[in-house]
Amino acid sequence: MSNEEKGQVMTANRLRDGDVVFLTRSGAWSEKIDDAVLAQEPQALAALETRAADDVKRNVVTGQYLFEATRIGGKIRADHIRERIRTLGPSVRTDLGKQADGTAGAFQLDEA
Amino acid sequence: MYRYDEFDAKFVNERTAQFRDQAERRLRGELTEDEFRPLRLMNGLYLQLHAYMLRVAIPYGTLSANQMRVLALIAEKWDKGYGHFTTRQNIQYNWIKLEDTADILQALADVEMHAIQTSGNCIRNVTTDHWAGAAADELDDPRPVGELIRQWSSLHPEFSYLPRKFKIAITGAPHDRAAVKVHDIGLRLHKNAAGQIGWEVMVGGGQGRTPLIAVTVRDFLPQNELIAYLEAIMRVYNLYGRRDNKYKARIKILVHEIGAAKFKSEVEAEYAKHPAQQTQVEEAELARIAKYFAAPKFEKLSRFSPAFEEARRADGEFSRWARNNLAPHRVDGYTIVNISLKPEGGIPGDATAEQMRVMADLAEAYSADELRVSHAQNIVLAHVKLEDAYALWQKLKAADLAAANYGLAGDIIACPGLDYCALATARSIPVAQAISRKFADVKKQEEYGPLKINISGCINACGHHHVGHIGILGLDKKGEEYYQITLGGSSSENASIGTILGPGFAAQEVPDAIETILNTYMKLRERGEEFLVTYRRVGPKPFKEALYATA
Amino acid sequence: MPLLKSNAFVADDYISVPDDEPLPVGGKFIVSFARLQRDWDEIACDPAVIGVRVANTEHAEGAMDYLSKVDLIVLSFPAFSDGRSYSMARALRLDGYRGELRAEGNILPDQLQLMRQVGFDSFVVSDRFPLQVWQAAGQQMSLAYQRGLFRKANETEVWSSRHHGFEPWEEQPHAG
Repeated sequence: MSNEEKGQVMTANRLRDGDVVFLTRSGAWSEKIDDAVLAQEPQALAALETRAADDVKRNVVTGQYLFEATRIGGKIRADHIRERIRTLGPSVRTDLGKQADGTAGAFQLDEA
Repeated sequence: MYRYDEFDAKFVNERTAQFRDQAERRLRGELTEDEFRPLRLMNGLYLQLHAYMLRVAIPYGTLSANQMRVLALIAEKWDKGYGHFTTRQNIQYNWIKLEDTADILQALADVEMHAIQTSGNCIRNVTTDHWAGAAADELDDPRPVGELIRQWSSLHPEFSYLPRKFKIAITGAPHDRAAVKVHDIGLRLHKNAAGQIGWEVMVGGGQGRTPLIAVTVRDFLPQNELIAYLEAIMRVYNLYGRRDNKYKARIKILVHEIGAAKFKSEVEAEYAKHPAQQTQVEEAELARIAKYFAAPKFEKLSRFSPAFEEARRADGEFSRWARNNLAPHRVDGYTIVNISLKPEGGIPGDATAEQMRVMADLAEAYSADELRVSHAQNIVLAHVKLEDAYALWQKLKAADLAAANYGLAGDIIACPGLDYCALATARSIPVAQAISRKFADVKKQEEYGPLKINISGCINACGHHHVGHIGILGLDKKGEEYYQITLGGSSSENASIGTILGPGFAAQEVPDAIETILNTYMKLRERGEEFLVTYRRVGPKPFKEALYATA
Repeated sequence: MPLLKSNAFVADDYISVPDDEPLPVGGKFIVSFARLQRDWDEIACDPAVIGVRVANTEHAEGAMDYLSKVDLIVLSFPAFSDGRSYSMARALRLDGYRGELRAEGNILPDQLQLMRQVGFDSFVVSDRFPLQVWQAAGQQMSLAYQRGLFRKANETEVWSSRHHGFEPWEEQPHAG
């Protein structure tokens, strides 16, 4: 349990192709949740919001929002099943989405 | 079926060019997302959980074999090899890129299709009876009027920025297979005492957060007044529909809030100010359209097909499928083939590109080159000779399209749910799959008889759970998916909204709960009556007791 | 903010007069609908050309009672998704209003054709988009399926074109 760290991750869809992406510490967007920055402090969260809003204005991404997640052993697990599905792909087509193209998160849908 | 003339072709081509321009301006940043969103929605492009989703219009659920082949091509070329047929007779693709969308719309335009107004606060696809033109009980084929309304509503300048989406359904048969009573406007073709054909106009039905049955504003409206009367209804809605709260913005809320009588008088007052006039143009246009819906050339056959009967005698599996999946056709020797897209444990309404091609080929070979999509997410071949049914079925079987569960417990209607949809609160497909597997035995399904199980993954009710005989609504309780069950809904001419039975169930409990419900029904039913009949006779109490009885 | 009229940016020769300021004598000015009704006796005698601004929560058809003086009706679009003024405009045209109909508020180039088709002649637009964008967006569709529209960019009415012997609807005198 001491290995766990709670916070929020910023996600969006890439404007051009709709792919789900996550905001990293460097400000670039990654398709992999484990690359995402996990923010807790109000300042850090505000910085994520600003950065994402800027990238929406720069027409890089759209549909941005923060969601709650937990870092466990260096990997990030979305707290809600909705975002876990978002990081994996449809649970009913495991041959599609990030779970099939190598950009999935480390955690399975129901794994804690 | 309808064929575009040069006007229709020009319209979709210009619309595609317009969207291409809008998308390019968006990508260049000359339009903000807020400005672009209503424009892309009006061309059916949504942003969903994993990607953009494109909803392609299949007007009144009818398409040609060639059009189905292009839907297959789109799935392969620009998506991941499959599509999903929806509860409004459209098709959805789940993995679309914005930068490809204009090309996809052009590929559609090239075969007289489009994605116009399949989303957005505008008039959506007009849906109808999937057995139109074939059903034995039909008074007249409603699809010519469906096409008339489609054209009239396309880029209607006055009604493109409504308070909310607007859905119209029409039926030409007394037994309503189009759910007209739970649409914003429902139209039912019928004859008045003088023997004239006209429309019952119903307004304010709908599902979602606030399920309501439509009220009748006109018992009998002559056909040539239809367009002008629809404009009166739309104008009242556009002016007075609520815009302060997205969840209170449908016309059903307006009708409910001011009352049916007041609403009717507002519409009649508006109609009196701007009544139908010079309707010769609309009449000429409807007559022109109707020619395209002339019945195919039917052969003179006997009601009894020896080849068909022999095949049934010889092949038990075929016999079972024929018993469940064929519906009576108005012409002797013909039948309506219902292809179930609900294979055991499968995803309701999904079809691979290959399956789409098989169905296209079958339509071309056996059913006047025409297919229909039903709002139960199945495909219909409406004009098949009984003597061809066996050969057709064998080809369906080879393509995994021969599930013999049409209209039975295995024919589950389910929205995409949380696996795909950004609006969902719970997954719907795994629940459908679990129920499907539990009741996989078609013999058992036949014992239960006709049954509509509808699953929605959120309160927006795209799975139409409110009108399911058994409805299942997926919700979120503290991050866990749980499912509320309703009973006794119906989308027929005797429409009703289902009653919530009690507290919800965890996903793994749902199939057993359904079994408890069905066992209760079997115990209580009299003279083999159908589920809905039993429910309406005994009410929810015995089902509640069975489900929630303390151990 | 530029005034778009007849496919060009033009000067606006109307001035808007706030409710609490005295009415000018002569010239061209716009008053609110409430003021038009309240000060009608004074306005009816004014030699000015009057415009009236109707909020999209009011009943624009009421402005028809003042047509002896009103040459311009201004309708608003508080949000570009708020479509009430499309109906208000069309109803005015169907009722026979032939003066100038002006749109103001949140208007996008992609809405220009729709607005013209329901009867708007002029548009107060933001200067976000150059004129070419308005001009291009305003002619992307050359066809309209609906009857009873007021085409200002010469879109062809499909149904009457298909059937010989019928004029486009709005050329006929209105029966109501």
